[in-house]
Amino acid sequence: MRLRPVGPRAARWLPLLYGLLFALGLAVSGMVQPEKVIAFLDVLGDWDASLAFVMVGAIGVYAVVWRRLARWPRPLLAARFSHPTPTRVDGRLIAGAIIFGVGWGASGFCPGPAVVALGAATRAAAWFVPAMLAGMWIHDRAWPASRATHDGRRKPLRP
Amino acid sequence: MHTSFTPLAALAGGVLIGSAAALLWATHGRIAGITGIVAGIFRARGADLEWRLLFIAGLLGGGRLIAWAWPAAFGARAPRSALALVAGGLLVGFGTRLANGCTSGHGVCGVARLSVRSIVATVVFMAAGIATVAITRRLMVGAGP
Repeated sequence: MRLRPVGPRAARWLPLLYGLLFALGLAVSGMVQPEKVIAFLDVLGDWDASLAFVMVGAIGVYAVVWRRLARWPRPLLAARFSHPTPTRVDGRLIAGAIIFGVGWGASGFCPGPAVVALGAATRAAAWFVPAMLAGMWIHDRAWPASRATHDGRRKPLRP
Repeated sequence: MHTSFTPLAALAGGVLIGSAAALLWATHGRIAGITGIVAGIFRARGADLEWRLLFIAGLLGGGRLIAWAWPAAFGARAPRSALALVAGGLLVGFGTRLANGCTSGHGVCGVARLSVRSIVATVVFMAAGIATVAITRRLMVGAGP
């Protein structure tokens, strides 16, 4: 597959388009409705399994594209692919996932849908998002060394 | 609380989410993890800051447009109190940074790459979410009339 790179001027704006597309996907899927998320997690009660299909659709598309792109030397508009560097399952991963899951179940929000709902100015997002940013800030204050993990600039851990 | 089963809408939404994430990988070589993108704006500079801000502007602007064109997309009133939303927000912000990812970074991109870390994180946060909702429901039923 050959793709012609878009001119750099127009290409600058592409992430805006991706954000819009991502927001539309979250809205169409129902992920932006906290009651729907809570019903999805209510496996032991009145379970609504719909949101499992969001994962099927999103993971399916991403897996196919990612495999096809594995041979590309670099992305179309950047010098290199920023592969995630940490590779170990450790206590931080497990503890973080537990804390996140508890907050997700308590509120019905995870970060993406919360930001979209903030754009829609829902009352729930107006409470949730500032608290979420505070939580991120507290973490990054407590562990400054881990700050750069997400932008691919951190020194790789042991392979 | 009861919500209706909408597998096709969920699947279609998932395809859009996966497409947006895949495009970001193809052009910018970046993982579309919302936690990482948001947390990154506080320290990124130059071009690295620009794409993050544009992506987040797309999420916010998309929310605004959808609320205008299709207000029902955001559902009825949030089922949780302000206290639960604030406590939940703190936990989600802290936990996603500690785990280095959330539903998008680990749950979609990481699982699709068959990353062991992401698969473990996804199983753990799903289980913690399910347990939390089960316990909350019990407490709410217990506190009822």
